[in-house]
Amino acid sequence: MSHQTTTVAHFDIPYFCYLDPEANVLQPLPAFATDPVMLNKIYRMMLLMRIFDKKAITLQRTGKLGTYPSTLGQEAIAVGIGAAMQEADILCPYYREYGAQFWRGVKMEEIFLYWGGDERGNAFANNKHDLPICVPIASQTLHAVGIATALKLQKKKQAVLVALGDGATSRGDFYEAMNVAGVWELPVVFVINNNQWAISLPREKQTKAQTLAQKAIAAGIEGWQVDGDDIFAVKETIEKALVKARNGQGATVIEAITYRMGDHTTADDASRYRKPEELVTHEKHDPLKRLKKYMISNGWWDESKEQELMKELTAEVEKAVETFDAIAMPAPETMFDYLYETLPSAYSAQRASVMKGDKE
Amino acid sequence: MTAITLVEAVAQALAYELAHDEKVVIFGQDIGANGGVFRATQGLQARFGEERVRDTPLAENMIAGLAVGMAIGGMKPVAEIQFMDFICASIDQILSHGSRIRNRTRGRLSCPMVIRTPSGGGIRAPEHHSDSMEALFSQIPGLRVVIPSSPSRAYGLLLAAIRDPDPVIFMEPKRIYRLVKEEVPDNGEALPLDVCFVLREGKDITLVTWGAMVHETLQVAQKLSAQGIEAEVIDVATAKPLDMDTILQSVEKTGRCVVIQEANPTCSLSSEIIAQLAEKGLTSLMAPPMRVTGYDTVMPLYRLEKLFIPSEQRIMNAVKNVLEYA
Repeated sequence: MSHQTTTVAHFDIPYFCYLDPEANVLQPLPAFATDPVMLNKIYRMMLLMRIFDKKAITLQRTGKLGTYPSTLGQEAIAVGIGAAMQEADILCPYYREYGAQFWRGVKMEEIFLYWGGDERGNAFANNKHDLPICVPIASQTLHAVGIATALKLQKKKQAVLVALGDGATSRGDFYEAMNVAGVWELPVVFVINNNQWAISLPREKQTKAQTLAQKAIAAGIEGWQVDGDDIFAVKETIEKALVKARNGQGATVIEAITYRMGDHTTADDASRYRKPEELVTHEKHDPLKRLKKYMISNGWWDESKEQELMKELTAEVEKAVETFDAIAMPAPETMFDYLYETLPSAYSAQRASVMKGDKE
Repeated sequence: MTAITLVEAVAQALAYELAHDEKVVIFGQDIGANGGVFRATQGLQARFGEERVRDTPLAENMIAGLAVGMAIGGMKPVAEIQFMDFICASIDQILSHGSRIRNRTRGRLSCPMVIRTPSGGGIRAPEHHSDSMEALFSQIPGLRVVIPSSPSRAYGLLLAAIRDPDPVIFMEPKRIYRLVKEEVPDNGEALPLDVCFVLREGKDITLVTWGAMVHETLQVAQKLSAQGIEAEVIDVATAKPLDMDTILQSVEKTGRCVVIQEANPTCSLSSEIIAQLAEKGLTSLMAPPMRVTGYDTVMPLYRLEKLFIPSEQRIMNAVKNVLEYA
């Protein structure tokens, strides 16, 4: 028996890319791509992120940090987020957006402090409203829609950007967040850092879906895919989505495709599940090399400038390490001091006990 | 002034806060035009609009996460989870985020949210509609767990919960939603959190309870009084943080104690009360304290639910045992 059908709905997932891996320009560039001042700022932050990352891994190996998740190879996404957002927008990160956080005023020593086992690393002296790093996967997507609802109710023209990984797109939180973002037309942008690996699970075993961006379709919102190693595509699409959000035109899901060059965290050993050949292929996609090549070809960059910047940023990171090193241990009783606005008297004896510690 | 039920007192408190604090937003499943499945939000959407009294898509984890985000974003969200049994889907958001965002950020962000939810059995409800989970939430640092037992305490404690700067799980014992009526002046006066209420003074025995079980316990106290035994009845009201001082002071006077709860006994609120009584009040006790509780089994479907929930007779038996101990 055959049935005649008609198509009742039709969907597309657009793909954005301006620079191919060899830094060839594929289509007319956004304005900022020809602004050497902005490019400098962007490249500087990407390089800072890479130096910071390398240092953090060293600090973990020497016992100064606990487990640390590396961001090697994913710099364009974090820096693209930072460069695209306005100060008043709100960032809900997961844990690979240091470049965005630094751009938004979070200090390097604060990130060191957090992974060094101290809650003060989330106190952000220079950023009062962004969320801290979020470890429970995808749970931050719901905070993002909650904050977006609050902004909408308060008639504030701000947007929320939430970052997540490819593994997070399998969780209910993500689907639930997209669903409510769609039906309430919330000012929120979801940015998926699709780095192909969720610890040891490769992208193709995470979902049968052809793209992660298409998951937005079921929620009635737009899903875009971008080359996540092309900073121009990342920044441009996020900026577009943020403008759309601020203008009351609803949410967007952006899938940025990149590759996790490092282990999942310093507690992981990717050689147990990943072929070394993969890294060779993906090294060619390095977002820093791509931007550098583009800048050199336009006469805005050269090796001596590179060396000078490396030196400057290395010193900046070293200074942050010194500041981090100099931060004294928190007082034991502080484990109680931020539990409630005012600690209920039911817990004052326990607080006193922790102050006494192991003393006889 | 007309007398109102506990569920009407909840609606009255919500309306008061919606009218007096523009940051208050209430949301949940079917709470808008439908007024909530128990009518706790009856008429509120018509009065305050769809923005501030909003129906959500059906996802409890989303409701809790949304509340966390809204609270961080400067609002005072009051979310409803339709039945406490379904709150299990929200635990990650409540435990991993709502309860600890203040601590995680050293006070930079906070979460002044309330999650209201009808709890407990005794209304011939379907499966998965009758659990009491105060102990589960009392385990979570940074939360408050509040359980009213009368219309006036529902009104006063809910106002306090909404005004509290930290997250509150507000359990509404649905068995007593319409059990008694009281005159509850709509004056916006909150009751204190973190304290027990002594509902009846007595010198012979201390009966500690909360939520729906307050009613059976008061009945027992009345019967005891007719026999010349004066029981002191304490309504715990805030399960977390627990006001142990009031309980200890009472036991110091009476020397005898029975704790009555609907929930399963293992690692429950009654376990905590008895443990603290052993640590801090042992010398006051003239008899081992006893508990009257639900059982360490699944809350049965409604043909047997009344055998699970402590009856007046079971309470009376325990009281007699404790009184007769030499």
